[in-house]
Amino acid sequence: MSAAAEDAVTEAPAVEAVPKRAMTLGTGTSLVILAALLVTPIFVKNFVVFQMTMVMIYGIAVLALNILTGGSGQFSLGQSAFYALGAYTSAVLMEVANVNYALTLPIAGLVSFGAGYLFGKPALRLSGIYLALATFALAVAMPQLLKLHFLEAWTGGVQGLTVMKPDAPFGLPIGQDKWLYYFTLAISLAIYIGSINLLRSRSGRAFMSIRDNEIAASAMGVDVAQYKTLAFGVSAGITGIAGGLSAIVVAFVAPDSYTINLAIALFLGMVVGGVGWLPGSFVGAAFIIFVPNIAESISKGLSGAVFGVLLFLVIFLVPHGARQVAMVAQHLLGKLTKKN
Amino acid sequence: MPAINLRLGAFSAALALLAATSSGAIAQKKYDTGASDTEIKIGNIMPYSGPASAYGVIGKTEEAYFKKINAEGGINGRKINFVSYDDAYSPPKTVEQVRKLVESDEVLLVFNPLGTPPNSAIQKYMNQKKVPQLFVATGATKWNDPKEFPWTIGWQPNYQSETIIYAKYILKHKPDAKIGVLYQNDDYGKDYLKGLKDGLGAKAASMIVMEESFEVSQPTIDSHIVKLKASGADVFINITTPKFAAQAIKKNMEIGWKPLHFLNNVSASIGSVIKPAGFENAQDIISSNYLKDPTDKQWQNDAGMKAWNEFLDKYYPEANRADASVMYAYTVAQGLVHVLKACGDNLTRENIMKQAASIKDLELGGLLPGVKVNTSATDFAPISQLQLMKFKGEGWELFGEILTGDVGG
Repeated sequence: MSAAAEDAVTEAPAVEAVPKRAMTLGTGTSLVILAALLVTPIFVKNFVVFQMTMVMIYGIAVLALNILTGGSGQFSLGQSAFYALGAYTSAVLMEVANVNYALTLPIAGLVSFGAGYLFGKPALRLSGIYLALATFALAVAMPQLLKLHFLEAWTGGVQGLTVMKPDAPFGLPIGQDKWLYYFTLAISLAIYIGSINLLRSRSGRAFMSIRDNEIAASAMGVDVAQYKTLAFGVSAGITGIAGGLSAIVVAFVAPDSYTINLAIALFLGMVVGGVGWLPGSFVGAAFIIFVPNIAESISKGLSGAVFGVLLFLVIFLVPHGARQVAMVAQHLLGKLTKKN
Repeated sequence: MPAINLRLGAFSAALALLAATSSGAIAQKKYDTGASDTEIKIGNIMPYSGPASAYGVIGKTEEAYFKKINAEGGINGRKINFVSYDDAYSPPKTVEQVRKLVESDEVLLVFNPLGTPPNSAIQKYMNQKKVPQLFVATGATKWNDPKEFPWTIGWQPNYQSETIIYAKYILKHKPDAKIGVLYQNDDYGKDYLKGLKDGLGAKAASMIVMEESFEVSQPTIDSHIVKLKASGADVFINITTPKFAAQAIKKNMEIGWKPLHFLNNVSASIGSVIKPAGFENAQDIISSNYLKDPTDKQWQNDAGMKAWNEFLDKYYPEANRADASVMYAYTVAQGLVHVLKACGDNLTRENIMKQAASIKDLELGGLLPGVKVNTSATDFAPISQLQLMKFKGEGWELFGEILTGDVGG
């Protein structure tokens, strides 16, 4: 191993201070990526469009976790519960109450925000790994709660609910998959920009001061309890919107879709993308969707082990995830332009 | 003039001949996406990882079986290209994988995807795309619904068929029975209960003296057994998964309740249910099966069992031969080969469903003698026969004739 890699490993892990500027991409890069995202669906198969849509949806959920962990320094292994809550809210509203799919998303967000905020209250007494464990309990409980007998009339119990996939509105001549892709893209963009603004605002600064030093933050007049629960609520709300989107795109919800495995996958996506670096959320999402497929194509029987090896390589070589790769790339690019 | 006539005649004759041969060629060979002169591409989705990964062995056995078919020359000269993906038993992943199979790999059909939630997630898509969802690996009854879902077809006896068979047995041998039912409160338990009631027909209301349901999250079902005994029932229908089945058998003995005990096929495993509950406590329990149990000595010299062992020796030597899933996969793979052979050179998706829906009295080596595969345009439940068995000593003893319990979805 090179000395540089060694240094990187010994640096403070996970939640370390991320300067505000380093949280996003430059304007130019952002616009190029956006243009690429707008154009790609025209050239690829519907199935790839569907996969890209799923990447964005998981990306939103990872982003939500990133606000919580990278922003306010709290851990959560219970994101799958909020994701499930959002998915079921959307699905039940669409199938039982015949609400338009686009309108179910803000409701899903609000319901999950409420749940997250309320959960954040008792969770205040816990910190670090204890909080992670408490949220873990939430993730384990959720699939069983969804199977409860008296909810069955709405949730469909173990069988789950099949949702009608929406067509493009106004008679637009594009297929369902492409329409949902652009629909998801628009929402991801709105949430992404909103999140950046949130972290750059007064509240965002309060989050980060709590992350960096809770005592110092409260000495400076930050209402620690208030902002901690708020971070939980916001994170849960955004996760709920991602869940709602997934219900619309996958067109099916069932308790087995939202197990603890999902929560761990989202956590993994955050680490691989780079904790506290928002654009990395989408890289992390791509990792959790595509790398298991790659692992499976290498060995079917040992897909889990291969996935583990790949993950280990990533963590070992680039412990700060996609953020580190992006920084190195930027550095190299800077050198090149200087030479010219 | 005559020359011209002759020429015209010859010309038209040639034209007619050409037309005949060319249309003949078209009638002979017809392909949809995924089939060609040399290959048939089959998609499959299995939980190789995740909570249900024990079933992954089904996909591996199927792959081994198709290797054997290919080594022996394929089906009508075409090799099977078996593309199997992992969904970790997570429905959103199943949707992603099935789309990959249909839209990217362009398979002819999706064969034997496993689990009720994963299959529910893709059923609408498969039927919209008109791609066969052939022989799904789940016991739910809803797959037998050719009217709503003409592209989805089941395989194994569904839960309702099984309790219909128990009901028939009760009506015949114990018409004055007082029945107590214990069932798991989910779709699986309710499917079984519905079959029982349908099988008893008008007498269901008077014969069933107690219906007890329990949640799968409960640690024990002892109190339910005590209640059932107190109800005075003399027939006990035990619709539980392995852990609870073992508890029930044990508790029955402890409180001295000795009803005629029917145990659902889900929990008929000797290793995970009967042995922990104690052989002495399980005597005379009745259950049912449709596959040959490889550990059963009576099949030692059976031709079907020998063929199965030869196949495993050569193509899948590391398989666990006591695992019922290996026998299951072997049988269902044979079912697919039968359908593909019947399709001949007309490998369209429509013809595959047509052939899958017109299987008549097909017998396979892994099925109990007398159990036959039957389907029709209105019957999408291929296997609906079972044979009753009674627990004697340290093993199941088959008895009585093969029984049928056909139900729609």
